[in-house]
Amino acid sequence: MAISYKPTRMEMSRLKKRLTTASRGHKLMKDKRDETVRRFITYVRRNRELRVRVEELMSAAMSSFVLAKAAMSTPAVEEALCFPAASAKIEVGSAKVLSVEVPKLTYIPSGTHGLSYGVMGTSSELDTAVSKFSELMPLLIELAEVEKTCNLLADEIEKTRRRVNALEYVMIPQLQDAIHDISMKLDENERGNLTRLMKTKDMLKAKEG
Amino acid sequence: MADIAIIGDKDSVLLGRAAGLEVYFETDGSAAGRIIDRLAAANTKVIFITEPVFEAASETVKKYKSKPFPAIIPIPDSTGTTGAAMRNVSANVEKAIGADLQF
Repeated sequence: MAISYKPTRMEMSRLKKRLTTASRGHKLMKDKRDETVRRFITYVRRNRELRVRVEELMSAAMSSFVLAKAAMSTPAVEEALCFPAASAKIEVGSAKVLSVEVPKLTYIPSGTHGLSYGVMGTSSELDTAVSKFSELMPLLIELAEVEKTCNLLADEIEKTRRRVNALEYVMIPQLQDAIHDISMKLDENERGNLTRLMKTKDMLKAKEG
Repeated sequence: MADIAIIGDKDSVLLGRAAGLEVYFETDGSAAGRIIDRLAAANTKVIFITEPVFEAASETVKKYKSKPFPAIIPIPDSTGTTGAAMRNVSANVEKAIGADLQF
């Protein structure tokens, strides 16, 4: 949709102001997009690394849990784990990455690293599985933080890119066209006026002479 | 309410209890979605969810994707990883950069 305008000087200066603002906005948005992408890449790299490590360790923890379940009866395992350990806490903060609010998570271990069940009637494989999983927790929390940051940054980059494109390919060309049109029309009026004046002068001269 | 919750099948998530997480046994997508909604309302910060359930509950997961909390993070279950989480990472890259780059 083209911008509607009246061919006046007033309108032209208004459009020119809008064009300057749009160009400045475009430049800023472009810089923002480039910087967000740069940061995003560092986060994604870390995300991939963490993911691979977590998946490896998680599988190890879970396979020792499977072993534990094989060594004990299912009700015994459930009984051992039915009383939860002190609940794990995380300290939550928020950081800003180029005006995108991202979470900052710090894992606070539940204090006692001990087991929440008695050693009687439970197998040592269960202990291994539990300790492996507890060791994994800080990594998991870091993964959560980084992965969420990646999600949010990806969203923001998409939005910024759309804005940059809208300004670059729609808004700015339309404004330039409108300004060009107005200046053409104003020039045309000017020429019309000039010829009219010359004509009138000629007519007056002819009358006098 | 705990800060961290974990949702998935019993074999995979029972261990979480020993680490002090809030554990939910659920393999059905829509039921898991309801749990996520409830946890989000109760201010849970991080929700770990096994990959198969993560995919089944993708509708609800999408809803919380652009909010800072809760962070919903897929984890492998006891049968190993399905690759859904990695695909998720790649999808992010694709969305941000326009192509899936290998770093």
